[in-house]
Amino acid sequence: MASPIVARITLPERARRGEVVTIRVLVRHPMERAIDAPGLTPLPRKILHSMRVTYAGAEVFRAELSQGITANPYIEFTTLAVETGDLVFEWEEDGGATYRREARLVVT
Amino acid sequence: MTTATRRAVLLLPVAASAAMAQEGDMAAAERAILAGRTPREAGIAFDMPRLSENGNSVDVAVRVDSPMTAADHVRAIHILSEKNPVPRVASFFLTPRAGRAEVATRIRLATSQQIIVLAETSAGEVHRAAREVIVVLGACVEGG
Repeated sequence: MASPIVARITLPERARRGEVVTIRVLVRHPMERAIDAPGLTPLPRKILHSMRVTYAGAEVFRAELSQGITANPYIEFTTLAVETGDLVFEWEEDGGATYRREARLVVT
Repeated sequence: MTTATRRAVLLLPVAASAAMAQEGDMAAAERAILAGRTPREAGIAFDMPRLSENGNSVDVAVRVDSPMTAADHVRAIHILSEKNPVPRVASFFLTPRAGRAEVATRIRLATSQQIIVLAETSAGEVHRAAREVIVVLGACVEGG
């Protein structure tokens, strides 16, 4: 828990109540997918297999990912601006590590 | 017995590419999501290049027509691959708080193939869209 994760979370600084805001998330992560090929020592699969986003007291978005998602995964989704508060992003990695980031949305 | 077994093994087609999905893996993954329901081939705008230079990163964007109200919203959007080692590339779970049923991501593609998007609604309906994509350079190691 709480080891650093390099993530760029892009969302508007402020939005009007009821506005649909687009959120873009780009994480630095190899999404190691256990390639087995001649001359390679296969590494165990190590990907971020889920991303969960909560905002204003409820889960608003969840993604379950496979190794078919690129390294440095990019995910874009939308949410309704309901109140000023933090969007909390939580990732789970193979092996049990979890990461967390927050991003504030000001609603006017 | 031993001989027969050995011969049977020899007769197996040299797995064209062991890492590749078997025919029907995507169909099985689709059936698991559909759970007996019949999808409607409508209501999804599925944006993906027809030709991708690089299978390591292919932009995919999905928008489903939905009012996204408590009574009628898209609960899940799934992306399935025909020929990747893992047929279910990603599943996204939405709520009415999404405002719009819209997601985008970047996926890896092993080779030229069909990609299917399934969208499940709160009413239990499933929408479906399928697209072919030509991949110039696949994301998997040749002979891997």
